[in-house]
Amino acid sequence: MRSLFFPAVRWTVSITFLAASAVSLAQDRNPLAGDPKAAKAGEYEFRINCALCHGLGARGGGRGPDLTRAQKKHTRSDAEMFQVISNGIPGTVMPANGTNGQGVGMTDEEIWQIIAYIRSVEVKAPPKPLGNVARGKELFYGDANCSLCHMVEGKGGRLGPELTSVGGSRAREAIIDSVRNPSRRLAWGLTEATKEFPQEYESVTAVTADGKEIKGVALNEDSFSVQIIDANEKIHLLEKDKLRSFQKSRESAMPKYDADVLSDKDLEDIVAYLTSVGAK
Amino acid sequence: MRASVTSPNFLRQPRSGERMQPTAQAVGQRQKAIQRRRDERGPSPVNRVTVVGLSLILSIGAHAQVTFERLLNSNKEPQNWLTYSGDYSGKRFSPLGQINASNAPSLTAKWVYQTAATGKLETTPLVVDGILYATGQDDRAFALDARTGRPIWLYQRQLPSDIRPCCGRVNRGLAILDDKVFMGTLDAHVIALDAKTGNVVWDVAAADYRTGYSFTVAPLAVKNLVAIGVSGGEYGIRGFVDAYDADTGKRRWRFYTVPGPGEAGHETWEGDSWKIGGAPAWNTGTYDAATNQIFWPTGNPSPSNRGEGRAGDNLYSNSLLALNADTGKMNWYFQFTKHDEHDWDATQVPVIIDSGGRHLIAQANRNGFFYVLDRATGKLVSANAYGKITWSDTKDAEGRPVAKKEASPTIEGHTVCPGALGTTNFMAPTYDPQSGLFYVSARDQCDIFSTAPQPYEAGHAYYGSAYFPSEEARPYLGFLKAIDPATGQVKWQFQHTSPTWSGVLSTAGGLVFTGDAEGNFIALEAASGKPLWHFQMGGAVYAAPMAFAVDGKEYVAIAAGSAVYAFGLP
Repeated sequence: MRSLFFPAVRWTVSITFLAASAVSLAQDRNPLAGDPKAAKAGEYEFRINCALCHGLGARGGGRGPDLTRAQKKHTRSDAEMFQVISNGIPGTVMPANGTNGQGVGMTDEEIWQIIAYIRSVEVKAPPKPLGNVARGKELFYGDANCSLCHMVEGKGGRLGPELTSVGGSRAREAIIDSVRNPSRRLAWGLTEATKEFPQEYESVTAVTADGKEIKGVALNEDSFSVQIIDANEKIHLLEKDKLRSFQKSRESAMPKYDADVLSDKDLEDIVAYLTSVGAK
Repeated sequence: MRASVTSPNFLRQPRSGERMQPTAQAVGQRQKAIQRRRDERGPSPVNRVTVVGLSLILSIGAHAQVTFERLLNSNKEPQNWLTYSGDYSGKRFSPLGQINASNAPSLTAKWVYQTAATGKLETTPLVVDGILYATGQDDRAFALDARTGRPIWLYQRQLPSDIRPCCGRVNRGLAILDDKVFMGTLDAHVIALDAKTGNVVWDVAAADYRTGYSFTVAPLAVKNLVAIGVSGGEYGIRGFVDAYDADTGKRRWRFYTVPGPGEAGHETWEGDSWKIGGAPAWNTGTYDAATNQIFWPTGNPSPSNRGEGRAGDNLYSNSLLALNADTGKMNWYFQFTKHDEHDWDATQVPVIIDSGGRHLIAQANRNGFFYVLDRATGKLVSANAYGKITWSDTKDAEGRPVAKKEASPTIEGHTVCPGALGTTNFMAPTYDPQSGLFYVSARDQCDIFSTAPQPYEAGHAYYGSAYFPSEEARPYLGFLKAIDPATGQVKWQFQHTSPTWSGVLSTAGGLVFTGDAEGNFIALEAASGKPLWHFQMGGAVYAAPMAFAVDGKEYVAIAAGSAVYAFGLP
């Protein structure tokens, strides 16, 4: 029979927690830094609260950056990391995770535990880029045709997601996977403040009452209307009840880049280019 | 400046006589009074606004005492919406039929009330004799002129910074009895506000919010009691349903949803796990006057997604309780999901239905089954899946779905349908006695459940598992489903663009109303599910609609984004 109550221990923790929360905002360093027990507790907290986007092991899922990287785009110090976890990053899908956020929220102590965990798994020095940045840029805007649909730093197309920050916000493996298997996990588009799910880059085909076919990508959609951008970057604003037909597909508009279309080396160069831009 | 709250005697109207509505002139006076007060107070923020100098509203208010008799006979005053679900049966059916299938396409927005606060609105307003009462983010409550949306008073609770709301700083609404409205707060207090002014009449602490207790539920006023169930299934609380004296706030009874030593059901908990066994009661129950029973649903055992350490059925988690309204003693219970490991709270509104001489109670459960019980005995009549489920493919001798062993979460994680958010959740369903159909918002989404053992720590989230929406199961689908309670079969369904958190209203006009995650408010034909009208409100819906009438004109109201909307005919 396992007792779940250890009052003495709980008191100790509570006192530590109160002390920690009282100074947390002014704090530069994690009060639990280097504590392996805190890191272990943080690992479970991470699985529950963070792994959906950042992946089990913090190596980056398809939705959030690899947090085992030595250099992180939005945070350097523990204090910055605390702020980001607690309050989220405006303009991104990173939500506020403190107790004043939308979800269950984490206490200050739990956030520090997560930071202890992240510090315990992050690598100490950035790995050498596997690819050639300059060649990756050439490919992106040249033979690989990426820029026909994707924009980086103001140059490129509009049909697909803008990729200036993708190298900083997605793991290398996630970028490679989305080039090799673009339909496996559709990219997220518009996020609305109170809506549960972001719009995805779904392919759509609409036929208007006069028989005109419009193919493109959904910028947004509800039960009664759809906003589409087509391959010529023309925006179509359509009411569904006025259409002859409307079909959606989870087959991405992006072609599947197999290794015979884009070699591993070329892809690595493109990833290196995106990573260098994303790190700025 | 308190003296200004009392209206001058020469403006006072006789208390007897016709129920009066504010005239344009009176509204003008009121606005002048508000402006005058603003001028006096300057631009500093005020938390509570009280309308002064308007005798007509005072006289209506004086007339508008909501007695228990009125609550019992709420169908005799269809212009009012007196309880969370509209009446004690939980049907969320309005007998108003002025807005109907032929004129619904001409519905138009009548007013919008902006709280201008961030976070979700989950409130169902009450309407009593032309005044609308509702709650909002961060434990605010407000009273509005139901014809214009103009505020009469605002109550804003000053919440401690370390409250533990699991799922947003939300509140689902008020109860009203006599001249008070009642509210549960995120810091686990129950409060009574004066219905005319929003002044606090009494304020009692029910539990220690620092250990994870909170209230988000709309209370249920019965006789002279205010019944309320606690939230906190994410924190290892010990759940309860309480009843407070409406006049004094004194607690009259408490039913612990996790039985203590010596109580029946205690043996369904391993060791000391009962002390932190969860089983919150965070959605509003229903009341059957004939048997004087309150039916209250309960939520998940804690930790929500890990059964290890709490071997047993874990009574009375995920159950429907039939409680004596006067004493809180349990007459019967029915447990929908035994020893739950998927967070499938059974906290959906249990709807009282009389059909073919049978006294039934029905619930569209989060675990994906639609249950019909005999409400005298709690015996199961039927259980039928109404969404995508993978956790059960057999039933026991009583007809209750039995969980497959392999549905338990694993370290590597595996996929179970429905996911942790369930086939439905807290969104209020409706039963339309005209169409004979039960309407509920449903989602098909599967999650990967992976264990993540956590030690219990007071006030800390306590799940014991991580769950992620399964990408393979995308897209996640959302529906409005019309279920025939007699057969458990889905008669029609309307597919939303994505899953919705909106509740559903049915009306005597042959309509059902619901909202969607994309911000639309939608009227559908009750018989067929054909959409007849929609309006884009600019924010996702997490609330449930209701209907009322003022001056003989029907309105339908719903909260979306950070605002409350009222719609009517042109």
